[in-house]
Amino acid sequence: MSHWIIAPVILPALVAALIVIALRHRLAAQRAVSLLAVLALNAIALALLWSATTAGPEAYFLGDWPAPFGIVLVLDRLSALMVALLAALALPCLVYAIGSGWDARGAHFHALVQFLLMGLAGAFLTGDAFNLFVFFEVLLIASYGLMIHGGGSARTRAGVQYIAFNLLGSSLFLVALGLLYGVTGTLNMADLAQKLPDLPAGDAALLRVAAVLLILVFAIKGALVPLQFWLPGTYANAPGIVAALFAVMTKLGAYATLRFATLVFPPDLPATSLILSTFLLPASLLTLGIGAIGMLGATTLPRLAAFGGIASMGTVFLAIAHLSPTGTAAALYYILHSTLAGALVFLLADLMSRRRAHLRLDQPAASAQPGLSGALFLATALALAGMPPLSGFLGKLLILDAWRDQAAVVWPAVLVSSFLMLLGLARAGSLLFWKPAPPEAVAPPSPKAEPLAWIACASLLLGLAALTLAAGPVSDWLATTATALHDPAAYIAANRLQALP
Amino acid sequence: MELLLASAVGVLTAVGIYLMLRLRTFPVILGLTFLSYAVNLFLFASGRLAQNAAPIIGTTEAPADPLPQALVLTAIVISFGMTAVIMLMAIGGHLQAGHDRIDLGPEGEADPDRTPDA
Repeated sequence: MSHWIIAPVILPALVAALIVIALRHRLAAQRAVSLLAVLALNAIALALLWSATTAGPEAYFLGDWPAPFGIVLVLDRLSALMVALLAALALPCLVYAIGSGWDARGAHFHALVQFLLMGLAGAFLTGDAFNLFVFFEVLLIASYGLMIHGGGSARTRAGVQYIAFNLLGSSLFLVALGLLYGVTGTLNMADLAQKLPDLPAGDAALLRVAAVLLILVFAIKGALVPLQFWLPGTYANAPGIVAALFAVMTKLGAYATLRFATLVFPPDLPATSLILSTFLLPASLLTLGIGAIGMLGATTLPRLAAFGGIASMGTVFLAIAHLSPTGTAAALYYILHSTLAGALVFLLADLMSRRRAHLRLDQPAASAQPGLSGALFLATALALAGMPPLSGFLGKLLILDAWRDQAAVVWPAVLVSSFLMLLGLARAGSLLFWKPAPPEAVAPPSPKAEPLAWIACASLLLGLAALTLAAGPVSDWLATTATALHDPAAYIAANRLQALP
Repeated sequence: MELLLASAVGVLTAVGIYLMLRLRTFPVILGLTFLSYAVNLFLFASGRLAQNAAPIIGTTEAPADPLPQALVLTAIVISFGMTAVIMLMAIGGHLQAGHDRIDLGPEGEADPDRTPDA
């Protein structure tokens, strides 16, 4: 199995290069190759998931350099799960892009998507902190290209803001890595986990600065308040299909926080133990609140979806903030749910944008195919707000259950914000579908049938339904994963760390 | 040497942060560039400062740590590429919008696929 660990990184990289060099002007061939590559990525991700479940953590040594000196990729249950989620999201998004013709609106869409997949898969798999930075940059530079796909002045200018914000984040990341290397002499995450407890007391302050900076960087990625400002402008201005793909990018912030909070800065490390437990809970509650209020006040459907993304990240970080196996398991379940649900909202908004004159909530407009998009909106709203019968309800239930010990603070926050989200979605739905258009408004010309786009939305919805129906086995699997995360001995052992001779 | 390097990092960071808080994209990009210079110097120092020490074992009594140099090289290449990307996008935004303000303003609320650009 061992060489397959690097396949999710190598495969998209080669395919992207092939598309750029050989298939530059042949859209049909680009579509076929890109789709085949994502199908293969799905198969590989499932095989890796199976391997991580049955065989436990496994390390891949690039160039066969031993662990703390060379770069390692580590496949454990969490990274396998995230890669599988990435592949499962990429497939419907790609089908949607092909079905809606988004990929024909600018050059290099498929190549950029493949590079984005490469960066994300690498970031999920790597066991080296500097390599994590490099993969962050790989996925970011692909995302810059995707963000302005289709062009337009508002989109380009929102893209400049997005890049500036992320360049700042990258600088902070580098400072944190420099501090970590300065005090420990290593950047391998397992090696860091081993060396940090024995750090001399004089270096604790530097280590704390590094930890705070790292958490800030992951908070930028994960849109945690007060670093969420980039998200609404970026997501609402990005093409719908790209915003849907970005749903997994915010989850990367949650993944990295989870990895560092359990492996490198575990709760029992005295130098950094207070940082996460002090700041994560209030920040995640604020994120949840701002997301919910933003949904209530959103002026367009894409902005509503973007604030929905912020609220779901608040919920995920709230579960992570419990810093316990039960909280982590709940966070993982909600990550699965909110990635699919978040992508679905953006795809729906994009579908509707071609069936209405505009997507503003304050001005009524005539709408083509209102029945179909209305039904899809209802299902999406149920998923996003966390209402039964879809998986968001179970996810929030798991989080409430994990926070039983501080129910007085957390439960009202989650329940009230869920109510606000529901209110915002109900307001948006009734304005979009029920408010009569002014009589002089003409309905947009009947849009061309987009069966593939509808199939993509339906398959995301089916994914949510499957997540609901299989909630028992899935949450059992996630509970085992969370336990393994909070006891990383097997992960560290898989690195086969060697000391200097 | 420590004082010189530390004050260089500090001044570069201060200049970078000041420029980043400006309203136009060009100073903001300059600020990000200054910040990346500061970070590269800082990263370089994370392997301890040494004089006349080549990063090759056997050439000197106490060889310098080669890893931060490799890290800095990677960081320089990445920040160079990113600066080129943001520069191009800023120029594109400037040409399309007719101004280079970095804030989005009310048009940030608009639906980019529907509103023709002013």
